[in-house]
Amino acid sequence: MKRKAYYARKIKRAAHLLFYRRHRNPGVKGWELRRRLGSDYPKVIKILDDHLEKLDLTVKTVFEGEKPAGEPTLEQLDKARFYTTLRGGLAPKETKMMGWRIDDIAGLATAISYIIAKKGKAPREEVEELLRNKLPGWRVDINMNRYIRYGYLAEDENKQLYLDWRTRAEIDQKALVDLLLSKEKTLNGYA
Amino acid sequence: MSSKRKKQGGEHLQRVIDMCKSIEERSLDPFNVDVDDIIAVVQKYFPEWELPEELCLDAEAIHHLASIIKLQGDWVKHRSTSLYTDPFLLEEKIRRLSKEELATLFLEAWHPIIELEQISLHSLAEATKYWQDLLPLSERWLKTGSLEMETGATTREELVKLRILAEKTFLEELEVFWEELKHRVGREEKIRYWDFIGADNYSETTKRAYMASFLVTYGYATLELHPLEEEIFIKPFEKPKSMLGKKQTVSIPVSVSYEEWVRWKGGKPN
Repeated sequence: MKRKAYYARKIKRAAHLLFYRRHRNPGVKGWELRRRLGSDYPKVIKILDDHLEKLDLTVKTVFEGEKPAGEPTLEQLDKARFYTTLRGGLAPKETKMMGWRIDDIAGLATAISYIIAKKGKAPREEVEELLRNKLPGWRVDINMNRYIRYGYLAEDENKQLYLDWRTRAEIDQKALVDLLLSKEKTLNGYA
Repeated sequence: MSSKRKKQGGEHLQRVIDMCKSIEERSLDPFNVDVDDIIAVVQKYFPEWELPEELCLDAEAIHHLASIIKLQGDWVKHRSTSLYTDPFLLEEKIRRLSKEELATLFLEAWHPIIELEQISLHSLAEATKYWQDLLPLSERWLKTGSLEMETGATTREELVKLRILAEKTFLEELEVFWEELKHRVGREEKIRYWDFIGADNYSETTKRAYMASFLVTYGYATLELHPLEEEIFIKPFEKPKSMLGKKQTVSIPVSVSYEEWVRWKGGKPN
């Protein structure tokens, strides 16, 4: 009973830490969770994740660098960042509630998938050129700056674009590429 | 090695560096570079380099070549991962899909972060307190309105009276002080520092010491130190001399403490 109460308290605290934005960017670092929840924080996060499943939410762990092949070590977890994200996908109608137009989403999909195909780095002008096929010219620059501001893309001094922290946290890159490649052209799509 | 051949070698290495740089910066295909060919070029010229700048150019070429080899390594690594996609194939797919199709399939791979920005109970209490203390808008506007005044012109005398402007500009005051120093020195070349700055009260003495420091800094006078006698003299110049940029200047700290002023005053003949 005591043990149950112990974890119930920790789960509540973990939910508060993960849901409320505490820094400039959302999410909590592993070492921060360890300090607040104790050394068994991976277990607390796992239980919280099970609870969140009913609400179609999940706790996403984004590792520094590449995702470890096997079970992550405590050191890797400490350096990782934890976010709460949607577990499933969004319905097109729901995106309107989030303030995203279909143009914005299509532009983001294009930019991200192109950068993935270019091994994670592509010149901004090339991405913009590709976006001009779908979006009015005046929107391209506005949208690109928005993706950068939100943390989906990053740009260096040589005008090269990279995938930034929000893309790593929110987008299943492999699924996106697979979906794109497996998509058969429909007649409607030639418009 | 003839200078012509050296020049040719240098230009060759510079071209290699520029090519490597453009591949690194513009994400071009690193396999466009024939590494063996470049190594042969570098080897060909290396034994002849003598000057440090020639060797630096050689090292820079090797450094950029190493970056290209790393890019080639990354390329092979990426190709072997599940994320590898032919960019042309993907680009073609993107071009052919409509906006709606792109957006719909993206939504399947997109799991947005859930975050809340909500006020806490503590902040709510603070906000309530602020709200209660806040005057009604009508009263605040009234307060702002009463601050309105008619604009008008002011005179220099009024500004001096309000202590916004000094009666004399600082430079004018400094020049008067310089004239006083010249007058006090008379036929002698110099005067004891304390005899010049010392006044009947301590506050006036510190003011004079402050002005004297500017006389020296701005080149109206100089200090002469006699360390054995522990004496400092101040010596005016006939014309101000600008020392800036001509000579290395040194700072001389002179203590003008109350005790020293009392000591000076005590030893001063009445």
